[in-house]
Amino acid sequence: MPFATLPTLSHYLMLGAILFAISIVGIFLNRKNVIILLMAIELMLLAVNMNFIAFSSFLGDMAGQVFVFFILTVAAAESAIGLAILVLLFRNIGSIDVEDMDHLKG
Amino acid sequence: MTFQTALFYVFSAILVFAALRVVTSRNPVHAVLWLVLAFFTAADHWLMLQAEFLAIVLVLVYVGAVMVLFLFVVMMLDINFDNLRKEFRSYIPVGATVGILVLVEMALALLGGRLGVAGPGAASPTVAGSNTKALGSLVYTEYVYPFELAAVILLVAIIAAIALTHRKRKETKYQNPAEQIKVRARDRLRVLNIPSEKKEP
Repeated sequence: MPFATLPTLSHYLMLGAILFAISIVGIFLNRKNVIILLMAIELMLLAVNMNFIAFSSFLGDMAGQVFVFFILTVAAAESAIGLAILVLLFRNIGSIDVEDMDHLKG
Repeated sequence: MTFQTALFYVFSAILVFAALRVVTSRNPVHAVLWLVLAFFTAADHWLMLQAEFLAIVLVLVYVGAVMVLFLFVVMMLDINFDNLRKEFRSYIPVGATVGILVLVEMALALLGGRLGVAGPGAASPTVAGSNTKALGSLVYTEYVYPFELAAVILLVAIIAAIALTHRKRKETKYQNPAEQIKVRARDRLRVLNIPSEKKEP
């Protein structure tokens, strides 16, 4: 990939792919820690948003940006509820270790 | 190399480094702060792609509200991170392998075909020179139904978050209209048959 030219669409898509891969690695590494899992999900959403905005800018279609608008809305709502659940879990169990949340285990 | 190209690589390097530090931080507060940096740098990228409204919305809403919420929760919960990171090292080989595989697959999919599209700005639709106006003219006309749905989703999120974490205080007195309606006469009233005069023996 040439380094001296203006960033093309491929550059931005690679950036989105790298962010997505980092977030997946984060989920793998921090599988016991619910807070870092939530943060890795936010990173995933950021990667997808980056793709949408890049496509919207390079193809000249505003629909990509409208979609990012709605993704941001839904991501904010999901973070709020996820954190509320996390707070409740911590109140009831006393830890945020995924292995301690085994009440439904057979 | 133009200034724009150099900016792109500087921002990308900061963004990737911040994302890596989010998932490998020992301290949860540090992780949240690195995530804040990642979002700011992503907003920089979006500014360069001429999506300035969404860049500002990202900073205001995502960083300003959602990340602050994360910070509140992280500081409120007294988490012992050491137990959670005990097996961190053993997960690194599998995690790195999966990450590299995902990246290689995506790179092949993205760069295998020919993506011959013009650069940013060549076809950016700017209605009278404003990205906000272009976005608004679409959201309120063609996408007004998803817009209303997004508002409903936010309302549901508010109600859910409050309903989940609300704790009832034992000393508050309140009325329960449903129970008031369900009351029957015999729950409140008992009719006894007591003679009004004592009979003469």
